[in-house]
Amino acid sequence: MSSSPTFLQYFLTLVVVLVAPLIGGILNGFDRKITSRLQSRIGPPLLQPFYDVFKLLQKKPMVLNRIQIMYAYLHLAFMILTIVILALGQDLLMALFIHAFSTIALVIGGMSVRSPYSRIGGQRQIMQMLAYEPVLVFLVIGIYRVVGMQSGTGSFLASQAMSLGQPLLIPLPLMFVSFFIAILIKLHKSPFDVSTSHHMHQELVKGVTLEYSGPFLALIEITHFYETFLLFALIACFWGTNLLVGAVLAAVCFFGMLVVDNACARLTPVWMVRFMWTVPMAMCLCNMVWFYL
Amino acid sequence: MSAFSKSPWVVHYNCNSCNGCDIELLACLTPMYDLERFGVLNVGNPKHADVLVVTGSVNHRNAPVLKNVYDQIPDPKVVVALGVCTSTGGIFAECYNVLGGIDKVIPVDVFVPGCPPRPEAMIDGFVKALGILEEKRGGKDTGSAEKPTITLFPPAVE
Repeated sequence: MSSSPTFLQYFLTLVVVLVAPLIGGILNGFDRKITSRLQSRIGPPLLQPFYDVFKLLQKKPMVLNRIQIMYAYLHLAFMILTIVILALGQDLLMALFIHAFSTIALVIGGMSVRSPYSRIGGQRQIMQMLAYEPVLVFLVIGIYRVVGMQSGTGSFLASQAMSLGQPLLIPLPLMFVSFFIAILIKLHKSPFDVSTSHHMHQELVKGVTLEYSGPFLALIEITHFYETFLLFALIACFWGTNLLVGAVLAAVCFFGMLVVDNACARLTPVWMVRFMWTVPMAMCLCNMVWFYL
Repeated sequence: MSAFSKSPWVVHYNCNSCNGCDIELLACLTPMYDLERFGVLNVGNPKHADVLVVTGSVNHRNAPVLKNVYDQIPDPKVVVALGVCTSTGGIFAECYNVLGGIDKVIPVDVFVPGCPPRPEAMIDGFVKALGILEEKRGGKDTGSAEKPTITLFPPAVE
């Protein structure tokens, strides 16, 4: 096991947890702004996601049942815990499982109400997890293979990635592409926005988040900020030897995601699972074979 | 203007409209007018909405549905009535099934008359509604809007 974290690491973790939603929110602001420009509109202000969250927090709470509300909090709590685990340099696979718990909390919250839209959204969210989780597991295996099981317990922090001889992207190019596609699913971007959708899209009315309103919807939005930050921070770690290049890599991927989001129509959940279990999975396997050549 | 009124999410309910007002409302979201500049989002779910936009002449059939949609929006909320049909029943006012104005079913905050109202008039109505939304958040009782009256009658047949 890795040595216990130092005081400095705890402090840095606290900073990351506080700063992550701010960066995630601004990324979402860029998302809406760039999407608007791609549609030749002017678009909302950059801070619009924060205005939305502040507004939702001020709305009068409407509670259908207590279970639903508890899972909204758990959705956020597990997402923060994932970031804490990664920031403290703990096991990457463990972080992946905790992250899955966060999504499961959203599913159960959506399933705990009687609205058919919410329930179908929950089922589709499970389909989404079925589609992207194998790719993430392959990614973790690939990273372990590169950094070695020895340091695997605390490997994926940027500091450790920086101490590698070469960036992770060089030995894991195909896994990186697969991970990018998995991000599209995770963040509910077209063509994979089947369980719920963002902004003015209305898949299943609002899918799994349908019955959340006011402050509880704000919790889900804040979780979305954290998740956006987490995923693009992971992308940046693919070039951890020089985090400036990593940031550029993340920015390019972010823009690529928006182009895909605006250029694609929504696909069916079954098509999504079929696609993910063939093309990105084959790419991951090829990347694994590459290690042994 | 606080963050509250910078993010009005709109849910649109069509009470038997001829679709003229609906198309003009959607025109507000297009690149020409781009209501999203002010944070307006067209949501399909009343539970996420702040502003209820109603078009069409309400009748006995859809009055309970309108009331239901209104009740599902969490407070504070405002209602914008688009077009003359929502004010008085418009050209359908004399029909046997028409109630004659949505203010008979739910309290209305802003009437935007016109058949259909121009997108500029709609944006003007939204801006007024946001002011009312802000007042409602402060706990102020804003009352309901003054109903427009029919001022133009067809000439009498001799």
